[in-house]
Amino acid sequence: MRRLFEPLKTAWTSVVTHKLRSFLTILGVVIGIASVILLMSVGKGTEASILENISGLGANIITVRGGSTTVGGIRGGVGSANTLTYQDAQAIEAQVSDILGVAPTSSSGMQVIAGSQNMFVMVTGITPSYLEIYNISIKSGEAFTHYELDRKSKVALIGPTISDTLFAGDDPVGKKIRMGNNIYTVVGILESKGESFTSSDNMVMIPLTTLLGTMARSVTSSGEHLVSSIIIKAAEANVIESVKEQVTFLLADRHKIPIGGTNDFSLSSTDEITASIQSSMQTLTLLLGAIAGISLLVGGIGVMNIMLVSVMERRREIGIRKALGAKERDIWGQFLLDSALLTFTGGIIGVALGWGGSYLVNRSGLVTTLVTTDIVILAVTVSVAIGLFFGFYPAWQGSRLDPIQALRSE
Amino acid sequence: MIQLNDLVKIYPMGKRELRVLNGINLAIKKGEMVAIMGPSGSGKSTLLNMIGLLDRPTSGNYILEGKEVSRLNRVDQAKVRGQKIGFIFQSFNLLPYLSALDNVLIGQKYAGRSNPKTAREALNRVGLTDRIKHRPTELSGGEQQRVSVARALAKNPPIILADEPTGNLDSHTSREIMAMLTALHKEQQITLVMITHDPNIARYCQRIIYLEDGMIIREEVL
Repeated sequence: MRRLFEPLKTAWTSVVTHKLRSFLTILGVVIGIASVILLMSVGKGTEASILENISGLGANIITVRGGSTTVGGIRGGVGSANTLTYQDAQAIEAQVSDILGVAPTSSSGMQVIAGSQNMFVMVTGITPSYLEIYNISIKSGEAFTHYELDRKSKVALIGPTISDTLFAGDDPVGKKIRMGNNIYTVVGILESKGESFTSSDNMVMIPLTTLLGTMARSVTSSGEHLVSSIIIKAAEANVIESVKEQVTFLLADRHKIPIGGTNDFSLSSTDEITASIQSSMQTLTLLLGAIAGISLLVGGIGVMNIMLVSVMERRREIGIRKALGAKERDIWGQFLLDSALLTFTGGIIGVALGWGGSYLVNRSGLVTTLVTTDIVILAVTVSVAIGLFFGFYPAWQGSRLDPIQALRSE
Repeated sequence: MIQLNDLVKIYPMGKRELRVLNGINLAIKKGEMVAIMGPSGSGKSTLLNMIGLLDRPTSGNYILEGKEVSRLNRVDQAKVRGQKIGFIFQSFNLLPYLSALDNVLIGQKYAGRSNPKTAREALNRVGLTDRIKHRPTELSGGEQQRVSVARALAKNPPIILADEPTGNLDSHTSREIMAMLTALHKEQQITLVMITHDPNIARYCQRIIYLEDGMIIREEVL
């Protein structure tokens, strides 16, 4: 117990005796660790908030989009040409196994007018399975059914944000809204899904058939109704790949794509999006961490500098200890412990500062930050490692001092 | 106990070399109390450092308790130094930020004999019972030297080497310290080798060795 305690006490005493010097020594480490914590928390926080947004997309969802237009050899973006049809969706539903639902959908930006209020919204044409796939429930009123879909009824479901904006607290169910040249009856209000870029809160949903009926150029030469995308919900995560293969095969066949030809549609699944965002966010977090790591390196060099000074200042002590029978590794261990204790203290202060800073940044609403336990453990470990690494040379120098000369020094 | 055969120490001084010890032959028996005297630069301290294994001879042998120790590696020398030799210095050489008790304990630690009980007893023995929590700066010179005597004593070494132990003390305190060392030497059969300038102090010893130019020029048995 004493054996371990004495060096620790000595190390602590030397830290406390030279308060200002210790403080200046660890300042670099403090700043380094604090910036590591802060920057990595920004990275992690951003990642977490994006992933949370994405989880709103729902799990096991595959989105099929129309292919790109190619004009004069220049290919446009995916979805820039509508090649998918309502009938494609029906074929998928009928022929592809392991799926829970298929929802063809199209959307169009429109000005919505209700009484004296108006706003611009994305009007999405949906089928009833769309609500099931995205798990959207109705707060008041009722969802429309296949009956309205088949009759191309002019009915609408509106998100809570729209309801608040256009009707300001009144119950909109049963009220009329005007979009384009048509009057729609509001039949239900959607339950809020919270703020995110995939939220249905500021959407207006009408039967897909109704939407297609109002749009120009919505029918192919063969008489099929074009839609912008088809949403498919797979039964579980491990059938996503097989569903994608089946869909690709089916659509290629239906669209008469020659073998080896380029498909005029593309598939993406939410897990892919999640994985790719996760990996790019991890890169960002690492990058931020690396930048902060440079300041840690500078801090470490500062530690080495001061430790060299400290060894010179404590030559006499080294001499005394050697005369008392201290072996080189005793001296070496003492200085190493000294510098590790210094940087450990710096690490703890740095973690506290970084954490505090991250909390303030989060509170400011600028960026979401997230301090995770692994970052904290990593930061403290790294701070001790810095102490050991940069204390190594000074400690070795101290241990090699000639005891007689060391005793003679003042 | 201690046997030095033809011990030579040469320090390189630029292009010339300095012969600090020039063939020392000396045998000290167990339990003997020996004083080394001589003008400054005569090699007294170097001789004491050799005996204390703080320095290595350029040539010659040093046999300690029947074993050649001058060619041991640094770790083994440190081990022997820690276990067999207690140092008392003119300038006390206590660690300034440790209490009297911790200073004594440190001496024990490097001897591998950490024991707070015997450390306290050693401080009691030198009359510092109520001073064990004090730091060196809070103690008088005499008290500090008594701490360093306790430090040497507490690890129970067969040999104590003292380099002008009273050099920084007034005559009254010097007498006290010498009385204490003499008593300890008698009680515990410690071999004591001491450098001094003061013939009055040397008189406490059983034998006086006179050194000049790195050679023993005379011995006096009291």
